[in-house]
Amino acid sequence: MRDLFRKREFNLFIFILFIIFGVSLRTPSFLYINNFVDILDDTAILSMVAIGQLMIIVTGGIDLSVGSSLALSGMSVALLNQYHPGIPIFMIILISIAIGLLLGSINGLLVSQAKIPPIITTLGTMSIYRGLVFVLCGGTWVSAHEMTEAFRVFPRRSFLGISSLIYISIIIVILFLIFLNLTRTGREIYGVGGNKIASQYVGINLKKINYLVFTLCGGITGLAGFLWVARYAAAQSETAIGFELQTIAACVIGGVSIMGGSGTIIGVVLGAFFMGIVYNALTMINVSPFWQMAIQGFIIIFAIIINTVMDKRNQQLMLRKRSFNE
Amino acid sequence: MNKKNDVLDIKKIRKVSLLNIMWQWEIILLFIFIMVIIINSNLSPYFLDYTNLMNTTFNFIEKAIIALPMIFVIICGDIDISVASIIALSSVFMGMASQAGVNTFGLVVIGLFSGSAAGFLNGFIITKFGIPAIAVTLGSMSLFRGIAYVILGDKAFTKYPTSFAFFGQEYIGNTMIPFELVLFFILAIIFGIILHKTTMGRKVFAIGNNSTAARFSGIPVNRIRLIIFTATGLCSGLASILLTSRIGSTRPNIAYGWELEIITTVVLGGVAITGGKGNIFGVIISIFIIGFLKFGMGLINVPGKVMNITIGLLLILAIMLPELLKRLKPKNSFGNVNK
Repeated sequence: MRDLFRKREFNLFIFILFIIFGVSLRTPSFLYINNFVDILDDTAILSMVAIGQLMIIVTGGIDLSVGSSLALSGMSVALLNQYHPGIPIFMIILISIAIGLLLGSINGLLVSQAKIPPIITTLGTMSIYRGLVFVLCGGTWVSAHEMTEAFRVFPRRSFLGISSLIYISIIIVILFLIFLNLTRTGREIYGVGGNKIASQYVGINLKKINYLVFTLCGGITGLAGFLWVARYAAAQSETAIGFELQTIAACVIGGVSIMGGSGTIIGVVLGAFFMGIVYNALTMINVSPFWQMAIQGFIIIFAIIINTVMDKRNQQLMLRKRSFNE
Repeated sequence: MNKKNDVLDIKKIRKVSLLNIMWQWEIILLFIFIMVIIINSNLSPYFLDYTNLMNTTFNFIEKAIIALPMIFVIICGDIDISVASIIALSSVFMGMASQAGVNTFGLVVIGLFSGSAAGFLNGFIITKFGIPAIAVTLGSMSLFRGIAYVILGDKAFTKYPTSFAFFGQEYIGNTMIPFELVLFFILAIIFGIILHKTTMGRKVFAIGNNSTAARFSGIPVNRIRLIIFTATGLCSGLASILLTSRIGSTRPNIAYGWELEIITTVVLGGVAITGGKGNIFGVIISIFIIGFLKFGMGLINVPGKVMNITIGLLLILAIMLPELLKRLKPKNSFGNVNK
């Protein structure tokens, strides 16, 4: 089983190398280390939130509200910063995470206690959270000059040539790698997605897991909200609109099964990085940005077809091997 | 225990089930609908005006037309989030054709054809490779709208023949009933008959309840799903004709975000997102609940984003209601018999 999962990520990795090679033939400057740092910078937030999305998709759910809760926590801390510039940046980050946790736990409660299917819950909260952003800001922007220097510069402050945004995303990746692979709860998340009924028979608390994944995803999204608003130095009611689809796309490209039960963090991070590389490459080879959306769609469809076809072949191979052994 | 008791209990069940009709989803929806009308007419004197009510249907009938095939999609256990992008794609193709001097009839054919082709592509990939519909339509959602952006960029098509305006702007004869509304009701009757009165409809429910069992019962599951996705594309093409005709121009961001409102409408109408359960009447009532709710809020100057809060709350509360009622209702003989 392990080889099977590893194979998907490996293929994606090869594909990424292939694209890098192809683009660098046309524009050698694509290979500059600075360019790669830029790409990492662009995909840091996406890969963080995609990890939250991964945990939910693995349990068989989906979270359509991440874009809206990102905007809501981002807008809240931006307004807080505007009206109370004295609050230290450390507190701001904590508040941002707390708001995210709250929003995520509302989703989690609705899914686990009220038993509303995740797609409907988050479809609803997506509109609600987005509406609340509008209510908070009254349709206006919080722009760069209204934020404090510390707030604005935080994600871009660099150490050894790499921005703190990238460090944060690496920390998140490592934390959740450990959580999902080495802790009992982490394995239970996969168990729930693999087989809901069986997982309950072995004593996994389904409600707890459902609540947990939504809350954790909310927490990451909350942190991402602050980072997003600070990085782009603007908070508005349209912030991160459609972002939920990008996070799902990163998961799907990274080989996460949309039916739940399988998917790895490395795959998701590669998926996010892949999307970043494609966007960057398009700009590098002077393709109009209007092509981005079409190409993104094409890649998603292409990736899932490849994944499904390969899965089926692998399963057949495994069955054949088994019958040989017997 | 003994037979006598059982007979008595069955009588009780009948009574309870009559009572249960009161709690049927459509009745709850009808109640919400009446509430919406009462509240709205109290808030604004312009709400209960025949002309106003008729004209406001322009704003949601295009979505309603897509909601009809979406009922089938969701009952099958699938979902299609690419419908709004299909609108954009068809609209762009119609715009290109119109620019090239194609007449109204040709435009309609192009709109319907490109919609069905897009829907067919979705259905083909989903059934051929056995990929969940949400993943495929997520991709095609980007792809279709992306193609619209590639063709149009930041420009717009605004040149349409004058006779093309009929579909989205005209009324039936001298009455104030919009052509779109009549078209919707005709389609609703057709879809309702197919869903509730034909074997095709029964098969759709069978697929939604257990697609494996349906497959083993000799139902051509994949062919039916393919037909449904193509029909969804066709209706999106039709909605695209109506919308393009109504606003008289095409931009790549046309109908942005509609897929979520359409799915909300269908789910609020009592169609189970897990498939296998649904009713066309519920969805029709839900279409008018959301439409009139938005119209009423528009009359008292509620911003669009705040309207969406209400729609979101309505969706969540409505879905929560049966679960809440189940907890509140006193335990009756119904439960005892089953045990």
